[in-house]
Amino acid sequence: MSATVDDRPLLSVRGLGKRYGTQVGCRDVGFDLWPGEVLGVVGESGSGKTTVLDCLSGRVTADGGQVAYTKADGSVVDVRRLDEAARRRLLRTEWGLVHQHAREGLRMNVSAGANVGERLMALGARHYGRVRARALDWLARVEIGESRIDDLPETFSGGMQQRLQIARNLVTEPRVVLMDEPTGGLDVSVQARLLDLLRGLVEDLGLSAVIVTHDLAVARLLAHRLLVMRGGEVVESGLTDQVLDDPQHPYAQLLVSSVLQP
Amino acid sequence: MTHYNFAYLDEQTKRMIRRAVLKAVAVPGYQVPFGSREMPLSYGWGTGGVQVTASVIGPTDVLKVIDQGADDTTNAVSIRKFFARTTGVATTTSTEAATLIQTRHRIPETALREGQILVLQVPIPEPLRWLEPREAETRKMHALEEYGVMYVRLYEDITRHGRVAQTYEYPVIVDGRYLMRPSPIPKFDNPKLDRSPALLLFGAGREKRIYAVPPWTAVKSLDFDDHPFEVEHWDRPCDLCGARGAFLDELIVDDKGGRLFICSDTDFCARRRPAADPPRAMW
Repeated sequence: MSATVDDRPLLSVRGLGKRYGTQVGCRDVGFDLWPGEVLGVVGESGSGKTTVLDCLSGRVTADGGQVAYTKADGSVVDVRRLDEAARRRLLRTEWGLVHQHAREGLRMNVSAGANVGERLMALGARHYGRVRARALDWLARVEIGESRIDDLPETFSGGMQQRLQIARNLVTEPRVVLMDEPTGGLDVSVQARLLDLLRGLVEDLGLSAVIVTHDLAVARLLAHRLLVMRGGEVVESGLTDQVLDDPQHPYAQLLVSSVLQP
Repeated sequence: MTHYNFAYLDEQTKRMIRRAVLKAVAVPGYQVPFGSREMPLSYGWGTGGVQVTASVIGPTDVLKVIDQGADDTTNAVSIRKFFARTTGVATTTSTEAATLIQTRHRIPETALREGQILVLQVPIPEPLRWLEPREAETRKMHALEEYGVMYVRLYEDITRHGRVAQTYEYPVIVDGRYLMRPSPIPKFDNPKLDRSPALLLFGAGREKRIYAVPPWTAVKSLDFDDHPFEVEHWDRPCDLCGARGAFLDELIVDDKGGRLFICSDTDFCARRRPAADPPRAMW
């Protein structure tokens, strides 16, 4: 890990909280994300994992807290206090967002190539041939055949749609990728391939990522560090192997021991 | 005449529409909302254009009304008669003689000049409408200049058809800022929008929007560097007047496959023909 090289975390979250009426979404969530690091957020359904991710991306407005982000130019901004124009620009350029359901993250009625090219064109690419070449390159990197570039995502399998969504996000080489259950709803062999792919991409590109998952095996494979959430709060955090092999908090112990061993 | 206010609309309404027009001229390409009135013609027949025309017309104006380039189709005749009755202004079919032209679907072939006003009837003003159904979201996209999705559409066209297949309502960027839908004119007319000496006003009655391209404003049709914008062209001249480089309509003349290609701009075509030629229209 390059944590020792850079002296500042990419993302520094403090006291993030969100209530839905009287219901607690998340409370006092804090963590640092260092360059090149993958942070896993695990916990049972309803523990506030997705709320944390939505607060980060601005899809949900947090009630309080601070999300300090170190931009590519070195300046530090509080993402929660950015105006909408700057926040949307950030999400298009330096950040990527991979949804649990590919349908939410893709344009289903345009071809795979257009899906991958959209972010490029939004950032000012005006050369059809070059956009298409970049799209082809990225489709190859996520193992989608060249011949499928003009097909609609509708005709893709679930795993391919998920890979297309990843290509669509990574084409502009974002620095931070937020992923919500990237392997959710896929069968195990497809999951395994997607995990291999993600691991390769994260290493090649030096990406930083926050990955929300309920699947401890996914967390084990991808994440360098883990946050364990329960009832909207972080109950344990640490290195992935440490948390999974020697959980301290009773809930973390329960979570780890609940995994079926085939 | 005595039963109606000048140009049908009451003075308060005209002032409201003029304020919207002024704002539209001040912010080229931006869609200004206005309080569209019920007009004595149905939506889709030019209620927006008629209201804009009614608000800017004066007693000394000379009015021309065209529909698909023709001065003698139902819509053009009705609207021209409407203003002749409610204002008493002079009407004409000559593009050069007119000071105010209301049009649907075409910009005249004869070059416009400074001081003229062209009013275009608009069915759907929002260029992003079929890509983004939410009005709040499209307004935000305009505000933040997020027009990438429009290029996605062009990309799809080139991918599927080898070229941009859109032939009318071809999207443009006005003054380097706002994305604009230039009403259903053929893309053939898009170059006439660019640095037009005449003031171009767009009125959408049902959608309650007015927008404008002030004289000499840059208007650029969207394209890719390697797929530049192109207009339609015909490899034959007009069968009536012999004009080349004009927008031609295909006309089926018998049941044996006979057809004519003639100028869609009837005034332009008639003026090019010898005086002895048969009647000005053939249908």
